[in-house]
Amino acid sequence: MAGATLYDKLWHEHLVTTLDDGTSLLYIDRQLLHEITSPQAFDGLRQFGRKPWRLDANLAVPDHAVPTRFREHGLIGIEDAIARKQVKTLADNCAEFGVELFDLTDARQGIVHVIGPEQGLTLPGMTIVCGDSHTSTHGALATLAMGIGTSEVEHVLATQTLRTQKLKNMRVTFDGKLPPGIGAKDLILALIEKIGTAGGRGYAIEYAGDVVRSLSVEARMTLCNMTIEAGARAGLVAFDEVTAAYVRGRPRAPRGEALAQAEDYWQTLHSDSDATFDTEIHIDVANLAPQVTWGTSPEMVIGVDGQIPSLANARDADTSSMQRALNYMGLAAGQPLLGLAIDKVFIGSCTNARIEDLRAVADLVEGERVAANVQQAIIVPGSGLVKAQAEAEGLAAIFIAAGFEWRDSGCSMCLGMNDDKLGEFERCAATSNRNFEGRQGKGGRTHLMSPIMAAAAAIHGHITDVRELLK
Amino acid sequence: MKPFTTVKGIVVPFPRANIDTDAMLPKNYLKKLEKFGYGDFLFDDERYLTPGDVDIDPSTRKKNPSFILNQTPYTHAEIVVAGANFGCGSSREHAVWALRDFGIRAIIAPSFGDIFWQNCFNNGLLPITLSDTEVKQILAIESRSVQSLQLTIDLEAQTVSSGEQVWPFHIDANKKAALLAGLDSIGETLREKDAILQFEQQRRQQRPWLFQSGD
Ligand code: SF4
Repeated sequence: MAGATLYDKLWHEHLVTTLDDGTSLLYIDRQLLHEITSPQAFDGLRQFGRKPWRLDANLAVPDHAVPTRFREHGLIGIEDAIARKQVKTLADNCAEFGVELFDLTDARQGIVHVIGPEQGLTLPGMTIVCGDSHTSTHGALATLAMGIGTSEVEHVLATQTLRTQKLKNMRVTFDGKLPPGIGAKDLILALIEKIGTAGGRGYAIEYAGDVVRSLSVEARMTLCNMTIEAGARAGLVAFDEVTAAYVRGRPRAPRGEALAQAEDYWQTLHSDSDATFDTEIHIDVANLAPQVTWGTSPEMVIGVDGQIPSLANARDADTSSMQRALNYMGLAAGQPLLGLAIDKVFIGSCTNARIEDLRAVADLVEGERVAANVQQAIIVPGSGLVKAQAEAEGLAAIFIAAGFEWRDSGCSMCLGMNDDKLGEFERCAATSNRNFEGRQGKGGRTHLMSPIMAAAAAIHGHITDVRELLK
Repeated sequence: MKPFTTVKGIVVPFPRANIDTDAMLPKNYLKKLEKFGYGDFLFDDERYLTPGDVDIDPSTRKKNPSFILNQTPYTHAEIVVAGANFGCGSSREHAVWALRDFGIRAIIAPSFGDIFWQNCFNNGLLPITLSDTEVKQILAIESRSVQSLQLTIDLEAQTVSSGEQVWPFHIDANKKAALLAGLDSIGETLREKDAILQFEQQRRQQRPWLFQSGD
């Protein structure tokens, strides 16, 4: 019999039963909840008189709608009355049902996908769900992690299982040696360019190869995070010594005897050498340039030294979508991106707001100044603990001296639910994951890129090839 | 949940590929705490010329006359026919609630975002996958029809039809049965309560570190 893939192993480990009609029930080890996709689920429980199946499997945190200033004031620091009510509703629901909450003023508060791994709430070999598509992030720790809808959130609360179907297996291998200035963000954008935003539909994607093995867990999270932008629900990286070192000592990670026992099991969390994948993709990274999106879909991406394709080369010959994207972005086919002036810079989100991202940015902007034409450049740490660490390491002082605004943790300008957003026609260098029309604010124009690329854009006031600054 | 049997309704075309759930329901409305009342905000950014929010009465806002959902008879549309990868992006079920509350019962497209597709079933909406060619055929008929196109969707028979023309579609038996009956999936799963309990007990013994609470 052929060997099993990592995904197959995780699937079988959690399969409770397959019903007569073909639906599988998958046991869920951890559910993370936030204020946007949970109120209707708690309402549903109330309506049917149901209770959460297993309280200690859940953790809630407000992150999407929270402001990134005046955190010390707690709830009353939220000016928007409707957002305030939503954050309060989460707290009320958690109190009523007994779910643990990292509330607004808790030092551990942060973006749900940053705090899971940070706290050791995300452990190898788990199944993790959250009412949020970027739950794929947690797959970096060899977990099966998937975003779900609110009805499913309610279902998992009530039954500790997910009704689902098995996915197909895709393996993406990055070959070659990473050039300087190129990181996980560039890798995942290059993959999305190659297979398209629907390319991973129906698959779990495992990232493999020496390049991936050489990445830190935080960088692997960036890869897995944007797996959903490639159309796949789950991204995975096999367990190795890098994962083990990351997990050890986290607040909720097992210790002592329990850790030794856990690590014995975790050692098995890799695809067998004779496992077969439904689809194999190889990407050569040796000549990869920093990636920047030009359009309104993450697949509309080019190397920073390249040019926007001509209409004749539109993806799937879909010239009308391409023309619409160009109109929205105020750009033309064939145009280069280098030198394109920007109005705002956003460094943050569950893709790129962990400590390593901030260190890389600080290295680049130390002693520099945000360009005069940039109206606003904000850095939003992924969690309260990332914020505290960045301050302790002196990174925050570097950012502030360079003219960046240093904020409290949350989703912020990634989706613009609080007052951090783009105005019409404002062009933004962003480290987040979605460049959809209106994503960062109605009429706003988003260019996705890596943290150091965004930092370089902030200093120069226009899109810049960061490799020039590293020489 | 409303059972789905047969729907005969007006088709609204959205031929673009990759229409994301942010576009269907912009973030402002994610602040609502309810599961209903999103119909007026479907495709909000394109549908209105003046800004909106949860606390702004949509009837006081200026509509964009050139947007299709503001034009009769599409204001009464029940079936969306769309380009590939419809519903990609954010997992927000609010997008499906907005479609449902507007009156949409079914969506026909060459492919769907995975999470969106699942969300449809959980709200009694039927996502139908037809080939690119078949979707183009329907869109071509729609663009030629003087009034608008009406399609009949028969879930039992698994067909989409317009007069003599019939397009059969595939659907998983379990999904079909749940839609036809309007089943509550939690109730269905809880029939397996013993199996879940037994599995959990075994897991507790085998992987005890997953069941330690707090620090
Ligand atoms: S940072 Fe952005 S992508 Fe990540 S969870 Fe928040 S809103 Fe979603």
